[in-house]
Amino acid sequence: MKKTRFAKLASVGVAGVLALTLAGCGGGNAASDGSAAAGSSTAGSDYQVSMVTDMGGVNDQSFNQLAWEGLQQLQKDTGIKVGYTESKQESDYATNLDKAVDNEGDLIWGIGFAMADALQTAAKQNPDVSFAIIDNAYPEADLTDNLTGVAFRSQEPSFVVGYIAAMTSETGKVGFVGGMRSDIIDTFEYGYKAGVAYANKESGKNVEVTVQYLESFTDAAKGKAAGQKLYSDGCDVVFQAAGNAGNGVIEAAQDAGKYVIGVDKDQYSQAPDNMLSSALKKVDKAVIEISEKASKGEKIGGQNIELGMSDGAAGISEHHEHMSDEVYETAQDLVTQIKDGKITPPGSEADYDAFVASL
Amino acid sequence: MSSTTQAGGAGRIQRILHKPITAALIAIALGFAVAAALLAAAGYDPGASFAALFDGVLSKPKYISNTVIKAAPIILTGISVAFAFKTGLFNIGAEGQYIAGTVCAVLVGVKLDLPMPLQIPVVVLAGVAGGAAVGAITGALKARFGIHEVITAIMLNWTMLYVNNFVANSAAYHRPSSTASLPVNPSSFTTILPEWKVSDAGLEALRQVPWLYDFLVKTDVNIAFAVAVLVAAGIWFVLYRSKLGYELRAVGFSRDAAEFAGMPVGRNTLIAMTIAGAVSGLAGALMVTGIEPHSISTLAGFENYGFNGFSVALIAGSSPIGCIFAGLLFGGLLYGGQSVQMAVGAPTDIINIMIGTIVFFVALARVVPLLADRLERRRAQKRGAQHA
Repeated sequence: MKKTRFAKLASVGVAGVLALTLAGCGGGNAASDGSAAAGSSTAGSDYQVSMVTDMGGVNDQSFNQLAWEGLQQLQKDTGIKVGYTESKQESDYATNLDKAVDNEGDLIWGIGFAMADALQTAAKQNPDVSFAIIDNAYPEADLTDNLTGVAFRSQEPSFVVGYIAAMTSETGKVGFVGGMRSDIIDTFEYGYKAGVAYANKESGKNVEVTVQYLESFTDAAKGKAAGQKLYSDGCDVVFQAAGNAGNGVIEAAQDAGKYVIGVDKDQYSQAPDNMLSSALKKVDKAVIEISEKASKGEKIGGQNIELGMSDGAAGISEHHEHMSDEVYETAQDLVTQIKDGKITPPGSEADYDAFVASL
Repeated sequence: MSSTTQAGGAGRIQRILHKPITAALIAIALGFAVAAALLAAAGYDPGASFAALFDGVLSKPKYISNTVIKAAPIILTGISVAFAFKTGLFNIGAEGQYIAGTVCAVLVGVKLDLPMPLQIPVVVLAGVAGGAAVGAITGALKARFGIHEVITAIMLNWTMLYVNNFVANSAAYHRPSSTASLPVNPSSFTTILPEWKVSDAGLEALRQVPWLYDFLVKTDVNIAFAVAVLVAAGIWFVLYRSKLGYELRAVGFSRDAAEFAGMPVGRNTLIAMTIAGAVSGLAGALMVTGIEPHSISTLAGFENYGFNGFSVALIAGSSPIGCIFAGLLFGGLLYGGQSVQMAVGAPTDIINIMIGTIVFFVALARVVPLLADRLERRRAQKRGAQHA
């Protein structure tokens, strides 16, 4: 009797644990509502664009979601067929790409630089299918004719929000929270720091930047802890580039009543009272544009495409009620200057040092 | 006369309802039913969706091959959970033990480069030892201090996740400009015919047999599934045909009774958790040696190999042999589910809900035999009333 009771209790326990795990992985479902339209293949075009997400899944509130929104928009506008598969484990990358090929995909997107190797292998195995990746530039030698790397000059919007942060800060201290040190996150960090340095130079301020890394793109609790630390140390503006973990920083800002800067998407709606601005990386726009080119038969393969403000693939939020009009106008002016190539924000430590020296 | 046949028929239904497999099948059917209702409610054709699901598992040799490949590690973690459960322990640490297996296999496999017949056992055993060590910690804490294994195992899961990230990012193992560690040396690959199948001669020979070409060349076919079947048989043997297994199960039935009978409960707890950990560690080691990219990466969260093992063990009713089939079912759902979005446009969340529902109903299915008993009692009462 004891055993069966234990068994029952235990199995209910297991179910509970699993339910929690599954719920935890499921995330919000709101964003997939639109996919109802995606299923119908009433479209006139035979071109099929598929995407494979990284482990963040299609509702990650970040680049996977943006890419999928872009593809859905693409289908609406052009009738190109679109679809996605989600990766739950590292080992899913290869098999999901394989499925996308089998599903008669003409162009297959891999979202996120974690998929770089898997995508490269798939491109070699399937020379008739085009492959493109978001957030990765391949070395020349690795680029086959059907492989495209797409990278963003994230230092450009980061530079502008860095300027805004420095000009808005009253304590003379601003913060940066990064997910994990990598070439990609470096572009955010050094762009931001350069923006602060630029503001210091222009207005004779002496704003300091404190940098924190979370070693995680998902752990919002860690993000919150890092945010609380920065705010209590006197920072009054923090820029976060840490995916989901960055949401914790936003929470910390709300608790502390201080400012935070959004990343990738316009995160204004998440914290309207505290969101100073957002550094936008328009993954959706990039996906739409490049997919459209490919569908028209333009050659996109064999190269790395770098997109920035001049391509309309990066920018800052339109919301600006938390900063003075003057700052916003100068920020707009900076955007124009970057577009025109008059200012080239640095995207690495070496470039940053050179940039500061030239100020 | 008629009442005896009726009773006979009822008895048969009773027996069927009491079989664990019935509960599992009912749960699976209910899971599919719920998913069908959801799909229909969301405006997708359930028939077409399920067709896509099964097509995604069965329609090509390489899909079958991939399903088997994906099933192998969760069969092993399933066996790990099932084994611990039979001995009265709740091995929620399968996830951490799995990670320990991958980490230890990488630690050894990257630095060591022996001839293949030596390298493979050494690397795989390193993973097994890693998993066993993590399991042993949980077991020892339970045996010595009575600390509940669920608590320590959950803590160790996270500890192992961060150990994994530490190793993947450490100077000695990090692969430059990536999120991953270096891959293990090719001499440790447990892929079947890894070199021959992509050599010119191999490709030439395999092209003659298209299905085999599809089966071998397009996937990372490896020995993990065969090993999983052997382990299932081995664990079954240990549990039901050995003195150790008898004692372990006795502890599982009732700790106090086992102790009273003179069995060393503490030692048995330690042994059980060590074996369970070893099996999960084996799963990790075989994933590293058997599947591209043959390395570990920084993990943001769990990949759920261990937690999926839980579902597998539950569906299998904690039978080691049953884990093989439950693992294949689960692997098929996970892998085939990926096709549904592409084919009919339904979000993959629905597949996740279906899997969750099946697991939920399996847990509920323990009620089925109870219901059968109550049905029987009521019938007996009625009969009694008629006779009176």
